[in-house]
Amino acid sequence: MIKGSKELIAYGDRSRFVTSVRIPHGGRPSPDSFGLVFHVATPLQDSVGVITPSSLHYVATTRGSFLPDIDPQEHRLMIHGMVDRPLTFTMEDLKRLPSVTRLHFIECAGNRSTPRAKNVQESHGMTSCAEWTGVLLSTLLKECGVKGGASWFVAEGAEEVKGASSMPVAKALDDVIVAYGMNGEPVRPQQGFPLRLLVPGFEGIFSTKYVRRIKLVDRYYMNYNDYGHLRQDEKETALGYQVGPKSVITYPSAGQQLPGKGFYEISGLAWSGGGAIRRVEVSTDDGKHWMDAQIKGTAQRMAHTRFGCPWNWDGKETVLLSRCTDELGAVQPTRAQVAKFFNVPLGEVPGLDNTIQPWRIASDGSVLNGHA
Amino acid sequence: MGTHRFLACALLLGGLLLEASVLAQSSTYGVGRVPSAEEIRAWDISIGPDGAELPPGRGTAKDGAELYVEKGCAACHGKMGREGRAPSLKGTADPKTDTWERGRILPIRSPFATTVWDYINRAMPLNREGTLTADEVYALTAYLLYINDVIPEDAVLDAQSLPKVKMPIGDEYASLPEWKPKTRRLRGYPY
Repeated sequence: MIKGSKELIAYGDRSRFVTSVRIPHGGRPSPDSFGLVFHVATPLQDSVGVITPSSLHYVATTRGSFLPDIDPQEHRLMIHGMVDRPLTFTMEDLKRLPSVTRLHFIECAGNRSTPRAKNVQESHGMTSCAEWTGVLLSTLLKECGVKGGASWFVAEGAEEVKGASSMPVAKALDDVIVAYGMNGEPVRPQQGFPLRLLVPGFEGIFSTKYVRRIKLVDRYYMNYNDYGHLRQDEKETALGYQVGPKSVITYPSAGQQLPGKGFYEISGLAWSGGGAIRRVEVSTDDGKHWMDAQIKGTAQRMAHTRFGCPWNWDGKETVLLSRCTDELGAVQPTRAQVAKFFNVPLGEVPGLDNTIQPWRIASDGSVLNGHA
Repeated sequence: MGTHRFLACALLLGGLLLEASVLAQSSTYGVGRVPSAEEIRAWDISIGPDGAELPPGRGTAKDGAELYVEKGCAACHGKMGREGRAPSLKGTADPKTDTWERGRILPIRSPFATTVWDYINRAMPLNREGTLTADEVYALTAYLLYINDVIPEDAVLDAQSLPKVKMPIGDEYASLPEWKPKTRRLRGYPY
């Protein structure tokens, strides 16, 4: 029996038998030797459904950050630059305005599977999906009146590094959310409390946390984050904004153990920066045959989409794959297809890695990274 | 009708009221407050390539070399801008090497010196962000550009000269995509 306590009545806790936790990503400790929070990955291997609990949502920060402890009463969002009327909003102001509530994934550009990844948390854990509530940036921009010639906007946070990125105004007018709510409560400090941008389908760094300023400008502003996006090749630059169609099987996935032959429902997640997932296919024989997976519930735009597929394992060694197609008709590629298209060595993937992840099932039921 | 009367009235009463009438007409919700010029200036810290937001001040590499030690930069980034715990600030390759081959080092790869100034100003020193004066940021920027052979030791950086610094990368970087909603990220790319 779990003994009742004031704390558990006030704010519930999960069972002590549930021990799934986030881990520092990419070999850099978090907090690091400076005390900075860097990259922290979500335990996708234990995920069910499509919502990542806020406590398990992945975290990434500009250059590493100290988490600011912001009093929402003091927080302001200022919009200025090439507008008819610069405006400053309090949190109370923002909550008076018409809101939207949408499911969206965020994914870090560094979410790249390597042969070293021992499980799906290490290979794919730098993406999560939450329900976000806030005001559309387009609503606020209408209040300010965007001047002709404003083609980019700079969004900037209030944390110590004041992380800033340039983004196209076309995106601001389309679907960017100035979010104060996450999974039914205020956005968590690690996610930008009290206010963050949610830039659906773009690489995670654009979803500016602790956002306090938006400036409308007429050029790419070449902030520190912007310069990090520069590439030599135009094709590669183009792939550095919107995330491509991507999916991964979370069960069975590397590090897990199948108890024996027989029935399993293969389960996984699919998402795309191009919109909603239209189709997910699964192969249980290393790509020789593909079958349509079932999409669970309704696929939302730029959101994790849960899929499932029945499988009777015959106890023999095999490889499981999944691939998805989004509403624009873009299909998740294999690494070989990417290498062929760009004429690069196998394993090199320009832009965010959206390639198919193979999971190798050994005859003893252990599951291994197929890239290894 | 009402608007016309209001406008006419405002025109008679002068510019301030005209401003107010425009506000009343085109803002849908009337929520939010117009910030003062001083409030905007205090937060307007993103320095664009033309340097419009740069404050007055000046500095040289000589001043910067002293500040680099004094302000603790050397403790994290290394005495010579290398081999510290924090990212490297000095390239090791011959300056004639292709810029893209010289590593992701801010004072080398950034297309504009304004980005170097901006980042030092907003983000350094770690844990004491925002404590450097404008003169100090100009001097530290000059020092980092000097040790990477971008500017001579005696060059004076200020709001006018900083945006004019010719960075090693020149315009040798790919142009940015024109993003449109509901469009694939790269034309002709099936994935």
